[in-house]
Amino acid sequence: MPEKNITGTTVEVGEDGFFLHPEQWKEEMAPELAREQGIDPVTDRHWQVIRFMRKQYLEKGEGPSVRVLGKTSGVPIKELYQLFPKGPAKTAAKLAGIPKPRGCI
Amino acid sequence: MRSKAFDVPHRIVILGAGTGGTLVANRLRRLYQRKEASITVVDQDDRHVYQPGLLFVPFGLTHPEDIVRPRHRQLGGGIDFRQVPIERLDLDGSIVHLADGTSLGYDVLVIATGSRLQPEETDGLTGAGWMERVFTFYSPEGAAALGAALARFERGRLVVNIVDLPIKCPVAPLEFCFLADWYFHERGIRDQVQISFVTPLDGAFTKPVASKALATMLAEKDIELVTEFNTGKVDGANGKLISYDDREVTFDLAVVVPLHGGASYLTSAVGLVDELGFVLTDEHTLQSEARPNVFAIGDAAGVPISKAGSVTHFEGEALVENVRRFLDGKPLDASYDGHANCFIETGFSNALLIDFSYDVEPLQGHYPSSLGLPLLKESHLNHLGKLMFQWFYWHILLPGRQVPGISSAMPRAGKKDLPAPAVEGATKQQVATVDRG
Repeated sequence: MPEKNITGTTVEVGEDGFFLHPEQWKEEMAPELAREQGIDPVTDRHWQVIRFMRKQYLEKGEGPSVRVLGKTSGVPIKELYQLFPKGPAKTAAKLAGIPKPRGCI
Repeated sequence: MRSKAFDVPHRIVILGAGTGGTLVANRLRRLYQRKEASITVVDQDDRHVYQPGLLFVPFGLTHPEDIVRPRHRQLGGGIDFRQVPIERLDLDGSIVHLADGTSLGYDVLVIATGSRLQPEETDGLTGAGWMERVFTFYSPEGAAALGAALARFERGRLVVNIVDLPIKCPVAPLEFCFLADWYFHERGIRDQVQISFVTPLDGAFTKPVASKALATMLAEKDIELVTEFNTGKVDGANGKLISYDDREVTFDLAVVVPLHGGASYLTSAVGLVDELGFVLTDEHTLQSEARPNVFAIGDAAGVPISKAGSVTHFEGEALVENVRRFLDGKPLDASYDGHANCFIETGFSNALLIDFSYDVEPLQGHYPSSLGLPLLKESHLNHLGKLMFQWFYWHILLPGRQVPGISSAMPRAGKKDLPAPAVEGATKQQVATVDRG
């Protein structure tokens, strides 16, 4: 599996750049991960979503969809798209260091 | 729990008389004599819709009255049917409260109330143009009204949009595109009509192999594929879908699959359902996470697989066995493996067949074995299979009869490039057999 160096730490990532092991993530990595996605600076509202993503992942083993984020993160969907223009569920998952959302069907 | 030693019958209550509720009721009725268990099924109406048939209504290939039958007639003898809306659940007291003021106590509750369309949750969807130039075919009324609009449609852009997942039968919107392509060809106006498939996914489908095959078919049929489009607003007056990131897709006629959620009475019980109203359910045993005497089946269950009749059908076997084990005070050991299959109508009297599970994505090959129907490949045989399925549904699937050669566990023989099962996956394949003598 590919590896990646973030703020001096080597982490394992999947093909799409998502973390494979959420425990390798540290808070100080988020700003660098955000810049890769064109997000700078990371605001409190970003953090609210990032922390929510990690909590959901640790509780349920899967990151939430955009619709669930809009219902439960405290940030409405419209604002989620302003915070993460390339797609809130995927981008926030990357910043939060959790694996790619499966997108069940 | 009551014990049979005292000759008091188990009280089994099933909420919902659709695919799951009906087949579970019928299977349980054969499993238990009347003195061993009472079975009560509750539904708010007496119209059982053969939902796969809805796809064909807009094209005049079937009619709403041909796909609806009375719910109570699908239930075998000795099953009590109550036609009344459900008010709320009391999980602590094991009581279902009904809208007519009565209540039902239960030893085991099976939740089978499916999913509910929520068009009102999307800004503008039920506003200007709704049922005039913006339709859904996910209800008999919507499908019939769309049929009239399609018959009037002479030229312009037809847009088929999924607002967000999960939805019932995730391939149905693609099938709608394929049939629309065929339909306009038949009418000789295909060159006057643009067809676009607009999806929140990053491809035609989620699972990679099938996604690629279906994207190729869309391209071959000259159907535009618009991906990662999260519909935020529908502007029926001006004929526009607007995404949350401000992209626009214009239309002359829109076919929108609205958001889905669980039945509304479920939210009355704390900790029973997820954010979208689907029952938090163990994906293998189908027991709810909230209470050991509550099970869920079909669309109502929040498990990571398609909301589809075939899923419900294959879940039935494990669920019935686990209900029996629970009532016997034994550990649950029947396990659903996520097996699902579906015919995908592709127009011009052809169809694809896909077959998959929690662990195995849809692959090429044949079903149920190497001599069976072709998988992930257009064929006339699959189309005939799809047409025959309605008979199978009313006469075999709902009564809960066994079909020789069709098992609930996903067959591995006949599949191409099938990865070896993981050790954990191998144990999941085991499915308990139920003696239906």
